[in-house]
Amino acid sequence: MILERFFTNFGKKIISFFYFFGGLSNLAWQTIYWIFVPPYKKERIIEQAKKTGYDSLPIISLIGLFIGMILALQTAVLMQRLGSEMYIASIVALSLVRELGPVITSLVVAGRVGASITAEIGSMQVTEQIDALEAFATNPIKYLVVPRFLALTFMLPILTLYANIVGIFGGYAICVYRLGISSSMYLKITTESLWYKDLFSGLIKTVFFGMIIALVSCYEGFNVEGGAEGVGKATRQAVVASFILIIAADCLFTAFFYFIFP
Amino acid sequence: MIEIIDLCKSFNKLRVLDKANLTIPDGKTYVIIGRSGCGKSVLLKHIEGILKPDSGKVIINGRDISAMKEDELNVLRLKMGMVFQGGALFDSLTVGENVGFGLIEHQHLEACDLWERVEESLSMVGLSGIENIMPSELSGGMKKRVSLARALCIKPQIILYDEPTTGVDPITADSINELIKELHDKLKVISIVVTHDMKSAYKIADRVAMLYQGKIIAEGTPEEIQNSGHPVVRQFVNGLAQGPITETLELPTVRDKTQRLECPKIIHAEG
Repeated sequence: MILERFFTNFGKKIISFFYFFGGLSNLAWQTIYWIFVPPYKKERIIEQAKKTGYDSLPIISLIGLFIGMILALQTAVLMQRLGSEMYIASIVALSLVRELGPVITSLVVAGRVGASITAEIGSMQVTEQIDALEAFATNPIKYLVVPRFLALTFMLPILTLYANIVGIFGGYAICVYRLGISSSMYLKITTESLWYKDLFSGLIKTVFFGMIIALVSCYEGFNVEGGAEGVGKATRQAVVASFILIIAADCLFTAFFYFIFP
Repeated sequence: MIEIIDLCKSFNKLRVLDKANLTIPDGKTYVIIGRSGCGKSVLLKHIEGILKPDSGKVIINGRDISAMKEDELNVLRLKMGMVFQGGALFDSLTVGENVGFGLIEHQHLEACDLWERVEESLSMVGLSGIENIMPSELSGGMKKRVSLARALCIKPQIILYDEPTTGVDPITADSINELIKELHDKLKVISIVVTHDMKSAYKIADRVAMLYQGKIIAEGTPEEIQNSGHPVVRQFVNGLAQGPITETLELPTVRDKTQRLECPKIIHAEG
């Protein structure tokens, strides 16, 4: 009996997993199709870019700064033991630019922007605003998903670049003002240890992370059932699914860049 | 003319529409009555083309809308205005932008012409001068009126109303009924009103149709429906708790200990 229940639940999870990916793929395909269908309303994309990018700057600044400072302090413990404090700069820069900057920024944006997208579209779904769009001959994917998708795809790399710069500044502040490393030495080691490849491998993946956040958040919003409880549940699912997919995609990208373009 | 032929629709194995048939001639106000959750709004959304039928047809002006391409359907949708139950106004837009939504998206009018049409539509529903406020600042009745203004702004040939008087006070409900009647007489459009408010149905309808168990079981003038001999119609229009509609419903029964209601203990006062 317990075994039967286990396999029934397991089967249901597998089916819902495939439903989710099927629905997400369908939404991705339709979004790409509608991007190229006129009319092109720039102002809607700019409005979303502001909400996604500009409005996220304060939180990205804070988190970027703290991550840079934490990295410098943690690395300092080991490097002081080895007597190689000057390498703190290169470790901070490489860790931030290749991995932590893109991933942390994407996770913050998934929590801040993705959740609000799901809640907004979910509320529109339960109050029949999505039906109203269709009733006025307006495709909801073109009107709601395309601007958010494009805004997140373009803004996430820019936010990541900004987080990288702020994070490096955080490491600089710790090394120069706390550990006594000279300013010119820190900047020299940072610029020498960073290659264009490091920067681009970090930024390219955020383009895909932006797409993941937009699609998952919109998909969950469109599939809200019930009232306020349904919106809450969908928002939670959107954030959890975005986190998992971002980390999984990051693992794939890291392996790809490690084995194909080492 | 709108023809609904053998329309079927199910959601998660629940059959909501089961071979529903109805013909609505031009220029008439049709009221579709039925219990909450019986599929009235689903029927309305099929006419608007928002939902696709599992089988059956919705024919508007001689064309089956379920066989139409998206572009053709959009052209037809712009000839229909829909007033949603809760208004369904777009939260992020002002009242003016909501009312002019159809024109902003699909007709490239000059700004002055656009705002003139918005103002005209708002004045038709008695709400002039509220273009710049947000929907969240409106009362329930005002939201319904703005929703009606939004539908009117595209100059529709068919207006669909989903429970226009539900959730508003009796005075506002009556003023909405008056408005529907007035607009119908003035614009000579097909009006389809879905409601379970019989007072409203008698007031505005040219003809009334009753939806029950997925089918249109009765159709006639308001007088015919009021005096119908059909037991289901009679129970519904008279609002009776006992009758064939409620006899088919499964009432909750006490099945086990966990569901049993606990009786409060009676404490006898001494003395």
